[in-house]
Amino acid sequence: MMIFDVAIIGAGPAGMQAACDLRRRDLSVVVLDEQPAPGGQIWRGVERNCQPGSHLAQGLGAEYRQGADVARSFRASGADYRPLSRVWQIEESSKEAMAQGWQVFVTRESQAEVIEARRILLANGAQERPVPFPGWTRPGVLTVGAAQILLKSGGLLPEGPVWICGAGPLPLLYAHQLRKLGGQIAGFLDTAPRDTLRRGLPHLNGALRDWKSLAKGLGWQAGMRLSGLRRETGVTQLRAEGGDRLERIRWQTPEGEKSATAGVLLIHEGLVPSVHPTLSLQCEHAWSDAQQSLRPVLDPWGETTRSGLFVAGDAAGIDGAKAALAKGALAAIGIARSLGVLSDARARHARVAGDRALSKARAARPLLDSLYPAPEGKIGDDTIVCRCEELTAGQIRAAARRGAADPDRVKAETRAGMGPCQGRQCGYTIARLIAEAHDMPRADVGFHNIRPPLKPVTLGELASLGKTKA
Amino acid sequence: MRAGTDLIVIGGGLHGLSAALQSARRGLRVVLLEGAFTGRHASGATAAGVRSLNRAVEELPLSLEAQAQWEDMIALVGDDCGFHAGGQVQVAMDTEAEARIKARIARLEAAGMRHEQWIGPDRLTELVPVMQPGALGAAYVARDGSADPHRTIRAFRAACLDAGVEILENHPVTWLARDGSLWTVVAGGTTHVAPTVVNAAGAWGRQIAKLAGDPLDVGIKNSMMIVTERCEPCLGPVISAQNRKLSFKQTADGTFLIGGGVQGRLRPGGGSASVDFGALSGAMSTTLALFPWVADLRLVRAWAGMEAATADLLPVIGPSHRAPGLIHVFGFSGHGFQLVPSVGRVIADLAETGRTRTELSAFDPGRLATNRKAA
Amino acid sequence: MFRPLPDSPEGPTVTVFVEGQPVVARDGETAASVLLRHLGTARITPVSESPRAPFCMMGCCFDCLAEIDGKGSTQSCLVPVREGMTIARQMGARKVVA
Ligand SMILES: Cc1cc2nc3c(=O)[nH]c(=O)nc-3n(C[C@H](O)[C@H](O)[C@H](O)COP(=O)(O)OP(=O)(O)OC[C@H]3O[C@@H](n4cnc5c(N)ncnc54)[C@H](O)[C@@H]3O)c2cc1C
Ligand SMILES: Cc1cc2nc3c(=O)[nH]c(=O)nc-3n(C[C@H](O)[C@H](O)[C@H](O)COP(=O)(O)OP(=O)(O)OC[C@H]3O[C@@H](n4cnc5c(N)ncnc54)[C@H](O)[C@@H]3O)c2cc1C
Ligand code: FES
Repeated sequence: MMIFDVAIIGAGPAGMQAACDLRRRDLSVVVLDEQPAPGGQIWRGVERNCQPGSHLAQGLGAEYRQGADVARSFRASGADYRPLSRVWQIEESSKEAMAQGWQVFVTRESQAEVIEARRILLANGAQERPVPFPGWTRPGVLTVGAAQILLKSGGLLPEGPVWICGAGPLPLLYAHQLRKLGGQIAGFLDTAPRDTLRRGLPHLNGALRDWKSLAKGLGWQAGMRLSGLRRETGVTQLRAEGGDRLERIRWQTPEGEKSATAGVLLIHEGLVPSVHPTLSLQCEHAWSDAQQSLRPVLDPWGETTRSGLFVAGDAAGIDGAKAALAKGALAAIGIARSLGVLSDARARHARVAGDRALSKARAARPLLDSLYPAPEGKIGDDTIVCRCEELTAGQIRAAARRGAADPDRVKAETRAGMGPCQGRQCGYTIARLIAEAHDMPRADVGFHNIRPPLKPVTLGELASLGKTKA
Repeated sequence: MRAGTDLIVIGGGLHGLSAALQSARRGLRVVLLEGAFTGRHASGATAAGVRSLNRAVEELPLSLEAQAQWEDMIALVGDDCGFHAGGQVQVAMDTEAEARIKARIARLEAAGMRHEQWIGPDRLTELVPVMQPGALGAAYVARDGSADPHRTIRAFRAACLDAGVEILENHPVTWLARDGSLWTVVAGGTTHVAPTVVNAAGAWGRQIAKLAGDPLDVGIKNSMMIVTERCEPCLGPVISAQNRKLSFKQTADGTFLIGGGVQGRLRPGGGSASVDFGALSGAMSTTLALFPWVADLRLVRAWAGMEAATADLLPVIGPSHRAPGLIHVFGFSGHGFQLVPSVGRVIADLAETGRTRTELSAFDPGRLATNRKAA
Repeated sequence: MFRPLPDSPEGPTVTVFVEGQPVVARDGETAASVLLRHLGTARITPVSESPRAPFCMMGCCFDCLAEIDGKGSTQSCLVPVREGMTIARQMGARKVVA
């Protein structure tokens, strides 16, 4: 069986960049991604959408179109790219078999397979931060990211005027893209605290190093203002009401309660790194107060506390696409160094440009983090927190109070986090409710154990694996 | 330092909880020290099969006592613990398996025990219509079944608190020693003193034994389990197969739990175990032969649970020979869930009076005593 | 709930069958997106039997679980449409057909 030098999980900016750079050093690379084509989140569908004269590509913007070049280089890099391949488990190979190595369990078109590699790069990106509110499971409520995915893969716009509620760059960008493509927005409910200016000011100076991004963001905001779009600020206590479908939304501002009829509501409260793989591999993680999320602890080369396992891109901390490219490049250097094809001295030299690019790409991040903090509003006892097992905040609070402040205990007692999403939707909220019940810092609560597989796999797939291996 | 404690229980798995509960009910003042949280290890990872079927004869008196207790769990802990007597079925897939089962049933009957019965293929199909036909028959115990492990832990824990047991979680025991007639136990920065200590530390029972000056030769098992997505209820009994690694059941939630003793890996440091998908994959064949339709179901979670295992696969139950006042109760070797209520009664006997009416010689710690400094 | 861009160039399309009904889908669309457009929901939950629709579209909420080409509990947001694909909602707990 072929043993790759490097297996990369994720063909977004970070994964593609790393693959190109590693191939340039003649290392064998396999890239696994569950999407049908390269691009990751920001550049989803970029190859198909960037046909000459495409209205859609025009509407998605210049930053989107840039992805086509990266995807082209990636396709030409000679990396063994495997789309529609979902990674569901990563294990360290037994020491006897290989000096150091990893096994990646992957399913493609219902066929499971084990891929072996000497190093792993997790470039698996981020997900939107789940923030429960009454009615968030009701059909008609989607995330802003979901709506943008529908736009990028299939060119779909919401039918009729859509409500957007939340905070962060992504809703602003999507609103901008939507307006350019002829979509209608019923209103924008801004959940960022009203004292943004005071919060942002200390970080403004640093952020000016990336003035282009700032200008772009301000442009989106100004465009929204000019268009006469209904905009509410200081929004809290959102509710999505109706029967089997969304019919009405209700929210609170410092001026009082308001409501409106609604067919589609899009929500977004920032991004969190996708840490399930590193959590399941028991890598050390650190809590980021600024981003209210965990991230794997990495050395300067992108290596986790498990040697041979690297992380790049938004999976290592939310910094955006430009930073993801830079982190991908740096991880490629780190991996080449750890495989011995680059001496330490040459690696240090090689990384100077990458470090500079990364620091510039991150310049505006402290400002963004302070402008769009994770919502802290109390979650009502009746609100569903675990979407899979349909458990409410009240049930989780009660379990949290019953014993030790340990997410695994609460999970075992309630089944919260035991459904197919493996706690991707409820994990942080459960930890937050435990911290609240025990009056302790959120950072001290941790996250529940992530039990394999990372993605559900059928038992037939599992069994077929045994046959191919034997 | 606390004064006036009669009994210190080390380990808040179900055996520690049951011993603590039944001792407290007899008026002893009990402190339970748990390194993580109650049910963190084997008791939370278990398949929770309540099985007298195919038990070692030595365990049967305790097992049959427990069977009756499971049927009346409300009396013991105020909750039925999700126990459901759906029966346990051990399938014979070939003639050798059939012969073995029949011989065992004959032996049991000769000893006057009639809990197991042989059923033919027709009765088997009636009991388990979703099973592929072709098996030659099965051993069957109608009164067996399974319970909900987390509900069981919750119920035992709540009953302990009601009975006045002081439960200290996040209190790993790091030191214990005997001075005169009293043990001093240090856990999580606290010190406890009592004449009697129960070692119910599961996979770490051997470490506690060693700390106490009574090293025992006990190994570790890391049995793996997998659980599927929820399905409509269609399977009543718990299914196993003679000579094969299989345990298959449907929970009250509708998920299927598949186990059977396939071993995972111990993580470096030995503090936890991890799943070995290669091994799991290889062990799917029996499940698929009997239940081919599971091939389409999604595996949602897999895990490995650690438990102490002895060479003869019988538990260690009884007073230490070398450390007076220490009572061992661990090493259940992958099948101790069912025994929780009856073994707790035995430990309470020993803690209260130093004696029990139950024959414990097969479980005697002395059989595993070692002088090696093995941990 | 969602509609195609009005004036986007005529890309290739395929025909899929949503609970028996032929539906024209665009190349690049996923089964979840077709469900969303055509039925507005993807499944009924096994726990409380309430309706759900695709929520994240990127594989991390599992509210798009559907039956695709007869395979139950498939995350429809990760499956691109193909000519002749059959798509059906998943109604409650999986049924075991022995
Ligand atoms: C829904 C969404 C929309 C976004 N849209 C934008 C945008 O329009 N503009 C912008 O600037 N930023 C956007 N972002 C932010 C985005 O995180 C970064 O800009 C950038 O895409 C990060 O690059 P990356 O390479 O780190 O990860 P990503 O681009 O997220 O790529 C990760 C890749 O890993 C794959 N993957 C993950 N897990 C597995 C697995 N187990 N098996 C196989 N493959 C796997 C995913 O399919 C994905 O293609 C978006 C984020 C999200 C979550
Ligand atoms: C996967 C699996 C499936 C099983 N299936 C079945 C079945 O179907 N039927 C059946 O009858 N049995 C089954 N068993 C066996 C059964 O679950 C166990 O025998 C039983 O749960 C053991 O309980 P315990 O209290 O002895 O151990 P545990 O539950 O492991 O409890 C020991 C406790 O001691 C604590 N501890 C350890 N060290 C220290 C220390 N230094 N200080 C303080 N506390 C400490 C641990 O944190 C732990 O909570 C199974 C076991 C496993 C692992
Ligand atoms: S829509 Fe969230 S997993 Fe498919």
